[in-house]
Amino acid sequence: MSGTGGTSIGVVEKQFHSFALPPEPLVLESGARLGPVTIAYESYGQLNAAGDNAILVAHAFSGDSHAAGHYPGDRAEDKPGWWDFMIGPGKGLDTDRYWVICANILGSCMGSTGPSSPNPATGKPYALDFPMMTIGDMVTTQKILLDHLGVTRLQAVIGGSVGGMQVLEWCLRYPELVRAAIPIASTMRHSALAIAFNEIARQAIMADPNWQNGNYYAGEKPATGLAVARMVGHVTYLSDEAMRRKFGRRLQDREKLSYGFGGDFQVESYLRYQGSKFVNRFDANSVLYITKAADYFDAVDRFSALTPPAAGGHRIKYLVVSYSSDWLYPTYQAKELVQALKRGGQEVSFCEIEADCGHDAFLIPDPRLTRLLGGFLDGLG
Amino acid sequence: MVSAEHAPIRFDLRMIASTIEPGSRVLDLGCGNGDLLAWLVVHKEVIGTGIERDKDKAAHCIARGLTVLQGDLNSEVDDFPDGCFDYVILSQTLQQVFAPDRLLSALARIGRRVIVSFPNFSHYSIRLQLLLRGAAPKNDQLPYSWYNTPNIRVITLKDFRDFARQVGYRIVREIDISTGPAAKEGQIIRRLANYRATYGIFIIEKHSVSGTPRKTRTNHG
Repeated sequence: MSGTGGTSIGVVEKQFHSFALPPEPLVLESGARLGPVTIAYESYGQLNAAGDNAILVAHAFSGDSHAAGHYPGDRAEDKPGWWDFMIGPGKGLDTDRYWVICANILGSCMGSTGPSSPNPATGKPYALDFPMMTIGDMVTTQKILLDHLGVTRLQAVIGGSVGGMQVLEWCLRYPELVRAAIPIASTMRHSALAIAFNEIARQAIMADPNWQNGNYYAGEKPATGLAVARMVGHVTYLSDEAMRRKFGRRLQDREKLSYGFGGDFQVESYLRYQGSKFVNRFDANSVLYITKAADYFDAVDRFSALTPPAAGGHRIKYLVVSYSSDWLYPTYQAKELVQALKRGGQEVSFCEIEADCGHDAFLIPDPRLTRLLGGFLDGLG
Repeated sequence: MVSAEHAPIRFDLRMIASTIEPGSRVLDLGCGNGDLLAWLVVHKEVIGTGIERDKDKAAHCIARGLTVLQGDLNSEVDDFPDGCFDYVILSQTLQQVFAPDRLLSALARIGRRVIVSFPNFSHYSIRLQLLLRGAAPKNDQLPYSWYNTPNIRVITLKDFRDFARQVGYRIVREIDISTGPAAKEGQIIRRLANYRATYGIFIIEKHSVSGTPRKTRTNHG
């Protein structure tokens, strides 16, 4: 069984694949056409000759393809990829056995085509001329990339949050390619609560005077709006317990209340820091597009209409994981997915992990998750 | 692959396992650490699913390669399709179930046969304790005091036979055994089982293979 130790994958490199070149653009779910499309990705381990030892890791809303290891130019203080504790030789996703790939989602700004990419028609960034893309479109571009790289079978598709939505979409679109699926802290569709927080984030961006209807690339960024959007998002990724433990009502760099608006509490200082950090690495229009794609995602009807394997449907082994303190995609939503899978005759395991870290718990090193994923993958045989 | 312990499993679990045909579809309710399920998967190549309420135990089962749902067995059994299991196992769990009649009705829908095992409350040691000491009995199989026991029901072999029939089941087989709660060895008890057996194992079914009148379907095609 895979342990929880393992070693680092070491130095990794971001790669790119471009397709949908003229005259054959990609037709999106909305019917809009987009091309050329570039997808940034990273891979770890070796794809075997048969192309069937692949695991696709789908990242969350503001993530990127850098899931593990360090870049060649990293300084000592630079963090490794976002799931470094999970991916590597001897780790939960063991790169001695599997070839693990993570691709930046369509619409993002971390190397894949998105609203900040140049529009070939004008030579300027697309901004709001970028067509609305869906979770399904993200999966389509991942499929094109995997075909290009010679992948014939996915041993597993794994992802947390919006990454989990991509996992579900993979199972619905290309079930014949998927052996196992692990949606973590995810949902078949957003609740009103989740849509509400996304709408607040979007309104914060669009209310920033620098947003300029999306055409800000030549001038000042809508930094304030984007930072507020991130602050809202960040609160939804935490939990009441985690915030009590991390901050309580402790004051930041002061002994007494200031009776002003400078920010007295540690939690205020933390959110301001998270907001400004995000402004430096993420594009505001990408936030608008990706949050909307997540809000539009709704797989309930399709999972309710699954054909059981006994009646000729595909057999995928599922592991559904939720976190006890996740109030963005609470456990009851994971259970609705489990219920649909059971009714569809699928082989499904489910576990709620007791953790006070809220929605983002899957990004925090936890030997329980590593053991769960590693053991589940071992059990595939 | 699924990891099974090399050590032999508990005697009562071995007795249950011996009644299951290779390749069966099995649901284990309250599967604990998954010892029985893992043994069945490895040695009898069953297609097994477990349900376990405890999060750490459920995670342990999944990490050893078993298909397990963490949750409450009373509600989890409702979502499976009709007739999707050959055997549903209720091993030493019935005495903790709030509504046994409702649960057994639900199991008849999803499984062909149900295997129920429970500690026998009419064992002579329990009878004697109540008779001679006048205190709520305790023994190796039922080690708790009245105030901390998870067992909300006391069941005797005789009670269960009556109950199974009342809720419409037929007893296909009864195996009464004498064994300890963690013992690898034990005996099958054939005489005076209601006094001498520490556990009862019942294989019950609702729909017998023959003899049940079937509805004739009119074909409008």
